[in-house]
Amino acid sequence: MNWSLLIIEFLIKAIIILTLILLIAAAFGVYLERKVSAWIQNRIGPNRVGPFGLLQPFADVIKLFLKEDITPSAADKLFHRIAPVISLGVALSVYAVIPFAEPFEMGNRTVYFALTTPDVNVGILFILALTSVGVYGITFAGWSSNNKYSLLGGLRSSAQMISYELSMGLSLVGVLLVAQSLSLQEIVQKQALWNWNVFYQPLAFLIFLVSAFAETNRAPFDLPEAEPELVGGYNTEYSGMKFGMFFLAEYANMFTSSLIIVLLFFGGWNLPIPAEWIGLEHGSFWLSLLQFFVLIIKTLFFVFFFIWVRWSVPRFRYDQLMYLGWKVLLPLALLNLIITSIVIYFLR
Amino acid sequence: MNRIENTEHDRLTFWERLYLPEIAKGLGITLRQMFKPKFTRQYPEERWEPTGSYRGRPVLVLDEDGERCVACGLCSRVCPALAIEVQAAETERDKERYPEKFEINMLRCIYCGFCEEVCPEEAIVMSKDYELVFTNREDAILGKEKLLVPIHKLQDRLEFLREYK
Repeated sequence: MNWSLLIIEFLIKAIIILTLILLIAAAFGVYLERKVSAWIQNRIGPNRVGPFGLLQPFADVIKLFLKEDITPSAADKLFHRIAPVISLGVALSVYAVIPFAEPFEMGNRTVYFALTTPDVNVGILFILALTSVGVYGITFAGWSSNNKYSLLGGLRSSAQMISYELSMGLSLVGVLLVAQSLSLQEIVQKQALWNWNVFYQPLAFLIFLVSAFAETNRAPFDLPEAEPELVGGYNTEYSGMKFGMFFLAEYANMFTSSLIIVLLFFGGWNLPIPAEWIGLEHGSFWLSLLQFFVLIIKTLFFVFFFIWVRWSVPRFRYDQLMYLGWKVLLPLALLNLIITSIVIYFLR
Repeated sequence: MNRIENTEHDRLTFWERLYLPEIAKGLGITLRQMFKPKFTRQYPEERWEPTGSYRGRPVLVLDEDGERCVACGLCSRVCPALAIEVQAAETERDKERYPEKFEINMLRCIYCGFCEEVCPEEAIVMSKDYELVFTNREDAILGKEKLLVPIHKLQDRLEFLREYK
């Protein structure tokens, strides 16, 4: 095997996926959030930096880099520094296993439209495991700041993410039963041509959607950073690019969640019409590229949905949040799982 | 036994308790808002023109035969923020007195309009100027050369005063 070629391929993919897609998507997520919130409130939103304010995210990032980085003197320096790295690192590393389109042939080899190993057969488990690690970033941040508001934010976040992870995982089992596979590549292939899982597993989709909001700490479940009670929550004591990393991680997580929702429930990169109708063969570069854009468009819709919900729905009270997680979503997820298994047992 | 009345369970219908249809309704409202006209004024390009009732920077009226002020000092006397300083001097004109020095400290002015209300000559009025930026304290003390404004620029305010004062 030609190792140097593999490494070059990996580097190119890493650069494209991590910087071009993820970081820019996260930065423009911020822009989109400001624009959509402005539209909902009958305002215009950022429109000064560049055409339509499109360069605003770059201005923001430059500002964050140039800001003074303040560490509270009572803080635990090591964990205070590690926390944002964990948050952003986890948010980025999830992309190691997410495929973006069908593999295509180039020369005489197959190139996978994913960051690393082609077709990881435990893709979903890896994603679930990593998003759980993301809790550490927020909890460390809350604890190491040595500030009561940060600590409360960190505690809330860990309690919330752990309780919602259960129903999230259980709702996914239904999808896995339908697809009979853990590999994202296969799950998407099974949904070809409008055989979307959302039609077979509507309940699982609802549970997953609600849990995704809680997992990404977005409104209406943004209790870890509930401004009226907790100042800024876990990132109260952060400034400069450390704060920026939390900020980017939040938007990267939002993008990841939308991507996973699309991959699992909305047919992933499948085109709405058979590829033959527009004269593209399976395995060709152009088909992969087209699929990639289809995937991104579907994902952007969900990113928009996340933002839209944030500016429409008021924040939950903490007991309501726990009630919803443990007494509503978890039994529903179990119910969905039981029904799905019975149906599949009798259909086979 | 404790009886809890008027719980969420009693007040809401089944569909309201499900919460999701209500969220969908809320989302519908916000979606409709997105396409409504915006309220934003693009400030530096689009300026707001105040009406006559607006109390901006106080100025001295300069009509055809010179300044109206007779330096009676009432404005300086009534000013709650002690922003006005007047020094009178004699002149050959009909009015006999004029302000040799008339200073308003804009860092002190609170735009209450008392000076205008108390003025017997309608010589000091509130203008429409609202962009008052100073880069140091000395600049913020306005002397006569900055305070005197020709009368035709203050017509709106004078008409407003005639009607409502």
